[in-house]
Amino acid sequence: MLSFILRRLAATLVVLLVASFIVYQLTAISGDPLAELRASRDPDIQSKLAYLSDVLDLDTPPLLRYFLWLGGAAGCLVGQCDLGVSIAKGQGEVTELLAGAMMSTLQLITLATILSILVGVAVGMTTALRQYSGYDYTVTFFAFIFYSLPIFWVAVLLKEYGAIRFNRFLADPTFTPVTLTLVALFLALVVTGIVGGGLKTRVRSFVVSGVLSGAIMTWLNVTQWLKTPSIGLVGVVLLTLVVSGIILLLTTGFGQKRAVIIISAMGLIAGAMWLPGQYLFFYLTGFTGIIAMIAIMAIIGITLGLLFGGDAKREIARAAGIVGAISGLILVIDEAMQYWSQYLGLISIKSGFVSTIGAVTPTIKRQDNLWLTLLDNYAHLILPTAALMIVSVAGYTRYARASLLEVMNQDYIRTARAKGLSERVVVVRHAFRNAMIPIATIIAFDISGLIGGAIITERVFAWEGMGALFSAGLGHVDVNLVMGFFLITGLFAVVGNLVADLLYSSLDPRIRVS
Amino acid sequence: MARKKKDTHTMLNQEISIEARQTEGLSLGTIVRRRFFAHKAALASLITLGLITLIAFTSVGVVIGGSGNLVTDPETNRLAVDGFRIPGWWQFNWYENYDVVNNGGAPTLQLWPLDPGLHPFGQDTLGKDIFARVMRGIQQSMTVIVLVGFLSTVLGVVIGAISGFLRGRIDSFLMRFTDVIIIIPTLVLGAVLGRTFGGNAVSLGVLLGLIAWTGLARLVRAEFLSLREREFVDAARVAGASNLRIIFRHILPNSIGVVVVNATLLMSAAILIETSLSYLGFGITAPDISLGQIISEYNEAFKTRPWLFWYPGLFIVAIALAINFVGDGLRDAFDPRQRRLPRTEGAIADIKRLLNRGGKK
Repeated sequence: MLSFILRRLAATLVVLLVASFIVYQLTAISGDPLAELRASRDPDIQSKLAYLSDVLDLDTPPLLRYFLWLGGAAGCLVGQCDLGVSIAKGQGEVTELLAGAMMSTLQLITLATILSILVGVAVGMTTALRQYSGYDYTVTFFAFIFYSLPIFWVAVLLKEYGAIRFNRFLADPTFTPVTLTLVALFLALVVTGIVGGGLKTRVRSFVVSGVLSGAIMTWLNVTQWLKTPSIGLVGVVLLTLVVSGIILLLTTGFGQKRAVIIISAMGLIAGAMWLPGQYLFFYLTGFTGIIAMIAIMAIIGITLGLLFGGDAKREIARAAGIVGAISGLILVIDEAMQYWSQYLGLISIKSGFVSTIGAVTPTIKRQDNLWLTLLDNYAHLILPTAALMIVSVAGYTRYARASLLEVMNQDYIRTARAKGLSERVVVVRHAFRNAMIPIATIIAFDISGLIGGAIITERVFAWEGMGALFSAGLGHVDVNLVMGFFLITGLFAVVGNLVADLLYSSLDPRIRVS
Repeated sequence: MARKKKDTHTMLNQEISIEARQTEGLSLGTIVRRRFFAHKAALASLITLGLITLIAFTSVGVVIGGSGNLVTDPETNRLAVDGFRIPGWWQFNWYENYDVVNNGGAPTLQLWPLDPGLHPFGQDTLGKDIFARVMRGIQQSMTVIVLVGFLSTVLGVVIGAISGFLRGRIDSFLMRFTDVIIIIPTLVLGAVLGRTFGGNAVSLGVLLGLIAWTGLARLVRAEFLSLREREFVDAARVAGASNLRIIFRHILPNSIGVVVVNATLLMSAAILIETSLSYLGFGITAPDISLGQIISEYNEAFKTRPWLFWYPGLFIVAIALAINFVGDGLRDAFDPRQRRLPRTEGAIADIKRLLNRGGKK
């Protein structure tokens, strides 16, 4: 195994070197980095030019200059990074610029990636289970459309309809009877499509889901929840119970009494933690409070599972731990929501909650309050996350559908059914886990590509990340900056490839690396 | 009713099964063509694509050769494009300014009764005709799509075939070379190349074609690795066929499905990459125009002049979507496992059964 990894790393290192050489040369010959300066009428421009061409070694031909750069980059191995200075960004050190940009890009893509994997896999797998149904065809059709959307076009539409008009709606959030009926009908149709079954089941699920969503929206109207959203004690308990239901469905099933009781108890415990949680967040400020909350809830779940789990204590402890961690997260979100009206009061009234540009609001940054900053981050992330998700959800949906269909046609699935296992166990235990193997490798590969792939999203939403650095660097023939960008994306790609290979071999015992 | 249903069943199966192929003597091409024509969405997309291309190229005419720069014609004192221009049937062109007709240049297109008016897609602030601009943009995008599709398919097939068939050192060298290209994100490499050598549709198409072949090469290589071990290859070799003949006459036709399907997917990716690069300013640049560049140029005008933004975007989506559907149809046509049979369960079938029962009574 170790020799495999080492050999792979050596081979990819050579590949990375050649690729970086190509990028360096292509960028270097694309123009004159000092063209802008030469055009300026500054009196001591000559000395500036001389200084810059000395710093950037412009007298050395690019073929040799690459090795000077490589020497500086090799210093990273011993902890002395020297990637040169950037002329596009006011002669700043490339390493410092990269560090800042990477944090910003990671912030941008993390939420989008997690959400698109969850949504994409869930939608894709349900379509596979309802193959050739109306739901399947509809999702396939929309996946095709989303896949064909240019992101810069979607982004402008999102800015108009997702932010400006939505903000206007949020100022007076009341659904008219017409929208209420239409949305309820639409949701009912979607639910009916997913549930499937015969005519009777469909009529029943249509009526139930339609009435339920209509009722929820009426409730939102009456309480004006959208104006000052909060979760509250009841919300925390209900949300945790919903999460418990989903986790139960995916892990132990509702057949095991112990599991059902322990995991449902987590909902009540989360409710009981609501008030103590407020004190916790008051005394443990900063991220320690958040992490402590999630950890405490997870530990409670695991302990309960181990103590009362009986024969299946490991499975129950695991499931209860997951539910606990998620309920901790719900408590954290609840805490952040309590600052909602304060946040709305601080940002300018005109702009509204959903922000269209940049990553932070200066007034909020000055407040130096963790919860306000979280809300602010969230407000700025909504649109870019939506734009990034539209394309990647479509991809994951297709992969997940194909993968689960492939698995469901295998002989061992028939065997499992023939043994008399319930459909839930067949799908969750036998099919789902195996269908996730190829998706896991695709995810590993995708994440590595995302770090440099958000160039257009960053441009549209004025986000100062890696993509913005690349555009600025290429626009100003700033070889050092482009190379810094490439070094990071290239390293991520190499590591991502390797992780994908190792994941595949460790998840699928039929594949051995050698 | 029941008999009719049975008939359609057997007809469907006839199209698919190998026995039918033997008895009817259909070639693979005929079977694929029949299955493709049975895929309605794919067929409709193919027709749409053809229509869009036809209208785009005939309406505003084409420019052949020349530098593509805008020059002032000394005789008429009007702007003209450098190069040989074949005019089209549309009265306006994409580079001249006209008098603004509607207020703010709003589209004159009327859906009912259908009347395109003078400027169906509207005008920008200077009075340029958006219909002509969008059509010119589609021309450029189509040129890039075709060039990328052709070049990268040829490169991918040749490189994949050579490395899969010959194996050994050549294989590992070619595959490491493929790795080098793959490791640089396509958008990044495209931007760097486009800024250095690009500017117009032909050069951008060639550049993108030179870097987009990597995925196809890997797939073709995998196909060749498995096909070259089959008996019919041994038979051909014993009969004295040369390597070239084995590659092109025996193995390649057997992997044509993979090639064709991936070539279409490459082409739909090509239009998105081209428009993205042009949007960033590293692709097709002024004085030439492309769909992405139009959107980038009018980016800020969405609130006041949404038509500047809707039409180019809608055409990008339409073209990419149509190519994707054609690819889907081709995949179904080439892959017999992907057959679609009528459903016998679910609500619609239930209703049909109910209706049937009612009819019998």
